[in-house]
Amino acid sequence: MAVAPHKPRPNPNQNVFAPWDDPDAVPLIRFKNVSKRFGDFTAIDDLTLDIYEREFFALLGPSGCGKTTMMRMLAGFERATEGTITLGGQDMGGIPPNERPVNMMFQSYALFPHLSVWDNIAFGLKRDKLPKDKIEARVSEMLRLTRLEQFAKRKPHQISGGQRQRVALARALAKAPKLLLLDEPLGALDRKLREETQFELMDIQEKTGTTFVIVTHDQEEAMTVASRIAVMDHGKIIQVDTPARVYEQPSSVYVADFIGDVNLIEGVYTRPTPERGEIAYAEGEPPIAVDPVDGITIGTRVTYAIRPEKIRVSREEPDDRANRAFGKIIDIGYLGNTSTYHVELSTGQMVKAAMTNASRIARREFTWDDEVWLSWRETAGVVLAK
Amino acid sequence: MRKLSWFNLTSLTFGFAFLYLPMIVLVVYSFNSNKLVTVWAGFSTKWYGELFRNEAMMDAAWVTIRVALASSTLATVLGTLAAYVLVRGGRFHGRTLFSGMLYAPLVMPDVILGLSLLLLFIAIGLDRGLLTIILAHTTFSMAYVAVVVTSRLVAFDRSLEEAALDLGCTRFEAFRLVTLPIIAPAVISGWLLGFTLSLDDLVIASFTSGPSSTTLPIKIFSAVRLGVSPEINALSAILIGIVSVGVITASLISKRAIAKRIADENRATP
Ligand SMILES: Nc1ncnc2c1ncn2[C@@H]1O[C@H](COP(=O)(O)OP(=O)(O)O)[C@@H](O)[C@H]1O
Ligand SMILES: [Mg+2]
Repeated sequence: MAVAPHKPRPNPNQNVFAPWDDPDAVPLIRFKNVSKRFGDFTAIDDLTLDIYEREFFALLGPSGCGKTTMMRMLAGFERATEGTITLGGQDMGGIPPNERPVNMMFQSYALFPHLSVWDNIAFGLKRDKLPKDKIEARVSEMLRLTRLEQFAKRKPHQISGGQRQRVALARALAKAPKLLLLDEPLGALDRKLREETQFELMDIQEKTGTTFVIVTHDQEEAMTVASRIAVMDHGKIIQVDTPARVYEQPSSVYVADFIGDVNLIEGVYTRPTPERGEIAYAEGEPPIAVDPVDGITIGTRVTYAIRPEKIRVSREEPDDRANRAFGKIIDIGYLGNTSTYHVELSTGQMVKAAMTNASRIARREFTWDDEVWLSWRETAGVVLAK
Repeated sequence: MRKLSWFNLTSLTFGFAFLYLPMIVLVVYSFNSNKLVTVWAGFSTKWYGELFRNEAMMDAAWVTIRVALASSTLATVLGTLAAYVLVRGGRFHGRTLFSGMLYAPLVMPDVILGLSLLLLFIAIGLDRGLLTIILAHTTFSMAYVAVVVTSRLVAFDRSLEEAALDLGCTRFEAFRLVTLPIIAPAVISGWLLGFTLSLDDLVIASFTSGPSSTTLPIKIFSAVRLGVSPEINALSAILIGIVSVGVITASLISKRAIAKRIADENRATP
């Protein structure tokens, strides 16, 4: 038997785009101890953040947490009350919006109703006093990029919502800004168009190499498009990380709870041996086995966060996993591709477990009031001290 | 077409009669050949000829038109700027006072406005004439323009201006290239309103006009006090004609604009 030629593997660290892990990388945008107050209300609270060139950076958080305010400070519509914002090393304080290499796609699109699609896209180029043929070439390029060629002569009210959204994107991209800001750009689209557009956005971002900062309150959207996500709450950034790390390694209960579905179990952390951590969460139940965590003092109260899909449901007691618990199915949430089982443990605790529906509904294994075993590995969840 | 009930028919008849009967009578009698206004003696256009040969009347007409054009244009510029500052300026010092002063001419009786302007012109030593009438008319027209433009600006999506700034406009360019074209219909109606108000004003013009400059309403009013002449009928008929043509054109233009927009929207949704 011939041995297949060994393909040289690229060094994964060389190809992966992760400037934030590179100590020598210079960020494009720097927020340094930035605060923004409206009267005595603090919208942004002593926030420090670096965003790198070519990133697709997502600001994620509940409504009113200060996402739009961050964008408006980058665009130049608001000035930071304290702290500095630099763009490419230059302090942006006091530089008006029209002199920044930044363009914004507005939440409401803000297309000029009295101008055609073509003139909307050309608007920014004309302000730069570019020669006519240059403007024409650039607008054509933008129309092609956003697949709007046959709508060039229409007015904004003569095209559909999805097309309007693409005009807004083309107009903002036309001046080839260093930084593009997108404030909930897909909020007005229905789900299917939204998902298509998310991939389109990623594609365009990759093609143009522009740094994108997107605001969203939809965590799925942030997970799909972003290179990194900043999870915000009340004007503060709680965690900045890649989508996978935000999901798998949340730094706090707030982040774990905000992103995706999670079981939060409170208990006391102990460490019987250096290689083994435990969380005692209920009297009479064996403690949850976890990987030991270094930063947490033994004996403190912690929250154990575990995603439903990390928990397996079975009829027989499993013997291949470190953690198991016995309970009764109280409720089943059927989502098509998965089902979420709400299981009540003998301690009264409710735990959610999600299983993929590999077979069709008639052959489903578990039903209401079934007594089942839940099991998971010691690496499946995270221990959170705050 | 739907048949009107007798009640609706009656109210319609009375409504139209009250509105238009006086004018119809006036227009009909302007073609009366008799010097006595109320006695019909056959059809003639001679009073129109007389009117155009009446130099004092023609002078007054010319003054009126110049005053109306100048004051409505000036009022449109000032009123639009005032509205812009009030809606966009945020909470600047003295905002309440400014908006109160701006709208004062709307509620102030004409006599008081005319008198206070007269006192002002005397105090600063400005001779009464064309200029003082223009200034006086600008004062009250400006308030009307500001009201019309303010209501449009309040409904205006502010992010449009921010988008213009974001794309490289200075504040003034954003106003000229985005705000103004969009609020243009309100600005034009403000101008028309100012023009009509100026044409029509008697009280304020009486206070602020001088011997060298008499407006048409003043002229007509003083002529009528000596007795209604057929010439005045002819003049009034012409004014009715001008105003009708203006109003009908304006409504046709806006109707066509709406129809076009609806057609466009239908074309856009396949
Ligand atoms: N111009 C302003 N004046 C006063 N408060 C403001 C202003 N802009 C935003 N805020 C307040 O700041 C907070 C953050 O707003 P925003 O950044 O729009 O939130 P998000 O976009 O995350 O929903 C909100 O509580 C909002 O009421
Ligand atoms: Mg917002």
